[in-house]
Amino acid sequence: MSRRRPYDGVVLAAPCSVPYVRYSTETAHHWLARALKGTLDAGGLAKEEIDGFSVASFTLFPDTPVGLTQHFGLTPRWLDSIPMGGASGVVALRRAARAVQAGDADIVACIAGDTNQIDSFRKLLSSFSRFAMDAAYPYGYGGPNAMFALLTDRYMQEYGATREDFGRICVAQRQNALRYPQAIMRKPLSLEAYLAARPIADPIALFDCVMPCAGAEGLLVMRQEEAERRGLPHAHLAATIERHNAFPDDPMQLRGGWAMDAPELWEMAGAGPEDMDLVQTYDDYPVISMMQFEDLGFCAKGAAPAFLRGRDLTVTGDLPHNTSGGQLSAGQAGAAGGFIGLVEALRQVTGQAGPTQVPGARRALVSGFGMINYDRGLCSGAAVLDGGAA
Amino acid sequence: MSDPLSRPSKTNPQTPLRVPALPPEARSRAAMGLTAAAAEGRFALQHCAECGRVQYPPRDACHACLSVDLPWRDTDPVGTLLADTVVRASPNLYFRDRVPWRTGTVRLDAGPSIVVHVHGDCERGARVRLTSRLDRAGQGVLMALPMEETPNMADDPQLRELTADPKHRRILITDARQDTAPALARALLAAGAAEIMVGEAEGWRPWPGRERLAAMEGVTLLPLDVTDTASVETLAGEIGGKTDILINNARFVRPGGLLGGDPGFARQEMEVAYFGLMRLAQAFGPAMRARGSDGVRSAVAWVNILSAHALSSDPAYGTFSAANAAALSLSQTLRADLRPGGLRVLNVFAGPTEDDWHQAVPPPKVTGGAIARSVVEGLQDGLEEVWCGDVARDLRDRWRQNPKVLERELTGGAT
Repeated sequence: MSRRRPYDGVVLAAPCSVPYVRYSTETAHHWLARALKGTLDAGGLAKEEIDGFSVASFTLFPDTPVGLTQHFGLTPRWLDSIPMGGASGVVALRRAARAVQAGDADIVACIAGDTNQIDSFRKLLSSFSRFAMDAAYPYGYGGPNAMFALLTDRYMQEYGATREDFGRICVAQRQNALRYPQAIMRKPLSLEAYLAARPIADPIALFDCVMPCAGAEGLLVMRQEEAERRGLPHAHLAATIERHNAFPDDPMQLRGGWAMDAPELWEMAGAGPEDMDLVQTYDDYPVISMMQFEDLGFCAKGAAPAFLRGRDLTVTGDLPHNTSGGQLSAGQAGAAGGFIGLVEALRQVTGQAGPTQVPGARRALVSGFGMINYDRGLCSGAAVLDGGAA
Repeated sequence: MSDPLSRPSKTNPQTPLRVPALPPEARSRAAMGLTAAAAEGRFALQHCAECGRVQYPPRDACHACLSVDLPWRDTDPVGTLLADTVVRASPNLYFRDRVPWRTGTVRLDAGPSIVVHVHGDCERGARVRLTSRLDRAGQGVLMALPMEETPNMADDPQLRELTADPKHRRILITDARQDTAPALARALLAAGAAEIMVGEAEGWRPWPGRERLAAMEGVTLLPLDVTDTASVETLAGEIGGKTDILINNARFVRPGGLLGGDPGFARQEMEVAYFGLMRLAQAFGPAMRARGSDGVRSAVAWVNILSAHALSSDPAYGTFSAANAAALSLSQTLRADLRPGGLRVLNVFAGPTEDDWHQAVPPPKVTGGAIARSVVEGLQDGLEEVWCGDVARDLRDRWRQNPKVLERELTGGAT
């Protein structure tokens, strides 16, 4: 028996991915509006029909989601702001689900998006967090690349992972991206090209890094009967977890908060890793995807390199992973990076994924990871989606 | 071992000067504690006054017990280099010009994991010691060094960015007649300086030691009177573009208090200590600031030699103390003005000096040689403050404990 109440009667529907672009002259407001409109259109709703609104964005300044209500002409009775980057999708979902379950809101639109103007990424870096300002930027100013280079270096030493191991993840995702019309990266990637790529911060090279871009994602959370009444394909929320600043005494990050909470996730879901038809990890760097496979129980700690060597991570493989190409190939649209796996998983388990559809996909694991406050990612979360019988 | 730094070839006048860029300068107020310690060459971190846990990054509350009492204390700098990387791409202009740049994560024996600059001679997995230095933005940063001295260690390009090392640099000493001048010239040449230029006021007036100083290999005497604006501007016009380090050792001192003191002497003390610094700064400062990123031979530092009584007056040298207090204040403005070029302002505070004007002062007194050693060490360690001699260090400590008590003690009445 789980300690927590299940998310009975709450479903996700109306997935929307606004096509990403590398650079945009538009604002975050523009991208968020398109995601909101897109998810409302997908659900066949007018904006007056939502009474809950959840927003994740880094580039909305000086506005907050409060300002967006007036900007977009919304009058919600429930409003949420999710400043958790790569964990924002799972976190937004679990909060919205409880609000709907409790009746604080009937239909919540959860959206995430950011613009990427020419200088956006540099500006975002310069004001990301106080610890980063004091203790990371002055040291080479390599941004997240440098911090993840250190984690990757440590992981390789500790567990014997090789660049080829990371490369296989990136190559498989590129194959998936080639099926996904909205992916930014449209050229096939070979392992040779991966290994020969320009070094960025050793051992990280070009294809280990996501490409910052502009884009947005969205979905709706509502009661099951509401979705059925509207004839919307929907998925149940079987289980979720969330954790912040896990294992603070670890000298370096070799595991995330999932390792604290994975047993509870699977217990609540009534399923295990082997029951998942596909997995969407948070892939800002391939080492983080490896950590998630380990910490979420797909294999033992440190065993991900060997585990993944024996798996096919493509859409048609035995372990479909980041089926739309993930951030590594579809691009990282700021906070939308915390939603890309969630929205794609919702399409998958409801049979709406089109060219990336995993045949018969019913259950998916979505995992989030966010906020390199200083030397490690602080936020982690995961959710199991269940599309029900096909 | 580090590759030895070779003497740079002559500057190509057709190559545009590198525009000075600084590493990221913004810090929280708490993090300024690191800067204050680095300015003096100390490695200090916050220690919780209640539970003793060592904190990093700098905080406002203890991560173990939430106490807000987190004093900076000298800390064991030894740890293990757990991971390293070489940054090859950075959006920051300073680092973009200087990649590849090595950084790493060190787990200190004292507790925290710290992201640091890494010296080229450190091996991953090895024991290292952290040193606290000021970067070109004048902010405290930490660098991992090998446990033992290695060959050409100071020539590591990343370490050199954190120092004002005299090696291969061209240096102006402003007053040849001071006892400090020959000692400075010797010490700087021994430290690898490329060229020593020494200012000489009133060259027609003979003085002992001139021949010996002028005969030193690598030393040139040039006309310079810091009390004469035209003289300062003329010399700056000639050598301002190749002055990498300026050491202002000019000094005029006469014993005496305020009542019954000689206004002529007081004026001359101000002319040298305060207006002299101002003239030098206005004439040499702009060109030096513009050359802050000029490669191995960039302009890098400005040194003032001040009396420690700039902090709190010695009534027996009242007007001299006041002139030094004025110079200290002006040096802080100079520091702010030179910062955009990445230059360091080093103040060497000396106690009473071993000379004719301090005959009545009991020992210990500092020699020109001691001041020269402090200057060279301060430059090699990239410091902003050096306290030369026991008296200066004692004054510093008492001033930090309680400036009012120190004033009362210095003006008599202490038992």
